[in-house]
Parts: sequence; C-alpha cells; structure tokens
Amino acid sequence: MSLPIDFIVLALVVICGIVAISVKDLMAAAIVFSAYSFLMCLSWAVMGAVDVAFTEATVGAGVSTVFCVAAVFHSTRRTKD
Amino acid sequence: MEQIFTAMGAKYNYVAYIILMMVGLYAMIVKSNLVKKIIGMSIFQTSIILFYVSTAYKTGKTIPIVPYDAHAAVQAADFINPLPHVLMLTAIVVSVATLGVALALAMKIYRQYGTLEEDDIHEDLRSEEGKS
Amino acid sequence: MKITGLLTVIICGALLTYYAMDFPDFGDGRSPANTYLSPHFLENTMHDAHVPNSVTTILADYRGYDTMYETTVVLTAGLACFFLLRRKESTSPPARFFRHVPTGLTLRIEEGGKLPAENSKVFTRIDSLWAPDSLIIRNTCRLIIAFVQLFALYVVAHGHYSPGGGFQGGVLLGSSIILFSISNDLRRTLKRFREKTAAVLGAIGVLIYSGTGFVCLLMGAHFLNYEALSPLLGLKTGDPMARSHGIFSVEIGVAFAVMSVMIWIYYNLSSAGKHDEGL
Repeated sequence: MSLPIDFIVLALVVICGIVAISVKDLMAAAIVFSAYSFLMCLSWAVMGAVDVAFTEATVGAGVSTVFCVAAVFHSTRRTKD
Repeated sequence: MEQIFTAMGAKYNYVAYIILMMVGLYAMIVKSNLVKKIIGMSIFQTSIILFYVSTAYKTGKTIPIVPYDAHAAVQAADFINPLPHVLMLTAIVVSVATLGVALALAMKIYRQYGTLEEDDIHEDLRSEEGKS
Repeated sequence: MKITGLLTVIICGALLTYYAMDFPDFGDGRSPANTYLSPHFLENTMHDAHVPNSVTTILADYRGYDTMYETTVVLTAGLACFFLLRRKESTSPPARFFRHVPTGLTLRIEEGGKLPAENSKVFTRIDSLWAPDSLIIRNTCRLIIAFVQLFALYVVAHGHYSPGGGFQGGVLLGSSIILFSISNDLRRTLKRFREKTAAVLGAIGVLIYSGTGFVCLLMGAHFLNYEALSPLLGLKTGDPMARSHGIFSVEIGVAFAVMSVMIWIYYNLSSAGKHDEGL
C-alpha cells in the first residue's frame, strides 16, 4: 500500500511543529517554523485550497519568518527550553 | 479501541489538527521563553486553519474556480467548498498582524528587563516590588 | 507547572479526539459544512459578479464587511507596532562603521571622530553588525525585485480569474521592499520608501475600501453594494461587470493597506524602533 501524499506531508508538518518548539536556539526555531509554514501550505494546496495556500506561502513562510528573525536578532538567541 | 482506529483512519486530517493543537497549546503553557510561546500561538492558529480547510474538502473534486462562461450551469457538487477558504484567508493575514504585534511586545519586554525568559521577568518584578 | 500543563494538554487532546469521532468523514461532499450556503455562492458567482474565482467573490462582495474590518485590523497592527517600538534615533552612537568603496576596507570611527560627508561616494555607512559586502547577493536581489513586483501586480489584477488577490499581491509587494532592505541596508530603503509614506499609504488603502462602499451609499444602494456603481462606469443597470469592477477597486485598497503595513512593521521590528540600522 502506497501512502497518499497528504499523509506524508501532514506527518512532516507535525514533526516540524514539534522540532520548532523544542529546539534550543531561537534562530533555528524561526527557520524550522518557516519550513513548518511551507509544508502546511503544501498540504492545503493538496486539499485544493489554492487561495489559502498562496496566502500562507507569502505570509507564513515569507514575511512572518522575517519578523521572527528580526525580533530574535534584536533580542537574544539563547533560550533555556 | 479497534473501532476508534478504523474511524480515525478516515479522518487522519482531524488527528493531525488535534496533535498540532496540542503541540501549540503545550508550547503556550509550558515553555518559558516568550518567542517560543509566540511560535506556539502561530502553530495553534495554523492547526485551526487546517481543521477548517479539511472540512471544506470533497474527495475527487476540483478547486473552487468555476468555468468562464456566464451561461454554463455550475454543479456546486463538482467544486470544493469555497466558504471556509475565505474565512481562513482572512485569518492568516490577521495571524501575521498578531505575530508582528506580539513580537513587538516581546522586544519591548527585552528592552525593559534584558531577558525573554518568563521566570526571570517574574523574579525581576518581585524584587522591584520588594524594594518599593 | 510542567506537569499541570502537560495534563491540561492531554485532557484537551483526549476530549477533542473523542468528539472528532462524530465528525463527517474527511472528503465527504454531503457534510453539513458543504451543503447549506456554499452551493449558492458557487452557482451564482458568474451570474452575479462575472468573476470565476468564487473565493474572490465571497471575499470582496458577499462578505465585504468582514474583509473591510480585517483590513482595518491589519492597519491597527501596524499602528500598534509603531507606538510600542518607535523611539528617536540616537544622535551620537558609540561607534560607526564605514566601508571604503574602492578598496573594500572597513573603518570604525569612535564617538567624537570626524565622520565622512553624508553623500560621500567613497565611504558608505554600514551596520555595526555588518555582513561582508557580497556582489552576488546585491545583484541577484536587484534583478529579482523587479520580477517580484511585476508578479505582485499580476496577482492583484488577476485575482478574479486565478488564485490570488489583494492580500497576496500586497504581501508580495511588501516583501519585495523587505528584500531590498535586507540585501542593501535600512537607511537606503528609508530614503526610497519613507515611514511616513508607509503610514499614509496604509490609511489610503483602508480609505479606498470604505470609499468604494460610501460611493455605493451615495448612489442610493446599500453600503458595499457594487451594483450601484454601474452608472458611474457607463454600464447598463444590473450588468454584473459593475460588481466585477467594484471588487477590483476594493482589492487595490487591500493591496495598498497590506503592502505598507508589512513594510511598516518590518521597519520597526528590524531596527528595534530606531530606524538607523536594520538586519
């Protein structure tokens, strides 16, 4: 039995989400969160929500990553958890 | 137990949304770093959007752009439901706006207290209260 | 704290899983969410507004109020970032860095030292957390930005026929300016697109949206009922093209607002409110 593509994408999304909150470096968390957003956008495109996927690709994977990186750049990269 | 698994097999999108929601909620409650909390909030938001988009899906149907012909009869059952898409499109743009404001607040807190950890901020606040 | 949090999360997840069992199956076309209202929108979008992309029709016409206040929310977020972070640029920073363009040397000028002229061709100011000057990054971004902006205009204009619209096009336009700011520096970007411009354009975007609604009101119809615009556009009464053009003008307003607010938030976040040194 071959796994459907949306199942694989959803599994990757869950993995990225868990990594994004558990990694000890905030810059890495921001970048993994960008990957999470892009995979989520992929899964919505598979489900036929093209407008939502387009918005998430520009907003979630693009601009919000820049915001996160800017905020981390001007505060601190270190975190205790 | 077994029937739960067979029922969930047909609804794996809902399982994924519940797991992501739990991840986001866990980050918001347990993590003490403010940026981690904000990322958790964003994960929570996207999980809700995933839920709405999943409810709109119809197996084997096409995207909600109808043919460019004013007189052709459109069978609504042949297209994916566009209404949840619209609601979630606005939700995504609002989520980036809230992310910006939340990060601005975190930066302001860092400027004031020199840390992003919640415990240290609480300690600072307590010692300030003790002085006055 | 950790145990309580984990327990709350697990209880929440268990309850949600229990109730998720009662949902209709994934991909079921006859579920309640897919039956009552949305078939009406799908069947009438061409007839009412002459717009094939039903998402755009619902966004800007059937649910126009929602989108209008959402644009206002975006503008409010920009204002909130401005009031939270913005502060005066410090007049004498501790040390400034300059690059000697012909040789590529980096100079560090201490406080009180003689600074080169503001418009000097030989020395350019660089950020204190500077990265090495890269020809590849600068020129690639210079090439890409024009195409990003062109694509953004296409997305705004073709929101009626393909995925896209005001939000996506606005964010793309904003990200092209952000890309310029990252590949060059913030001061040069601020010279080309000032903060005041961003604030005014954001307000103008919301004004275009609500102004379209008010024109409809003046023509004797309901707020945001674009059918009333047909005499102004030289169309027959009841022509669906009037709604199509109304949706287009609204999308332009959304694109303006979203573009300038994204840039505005980026300016404030990337320089921590000082507007002197960016990423």
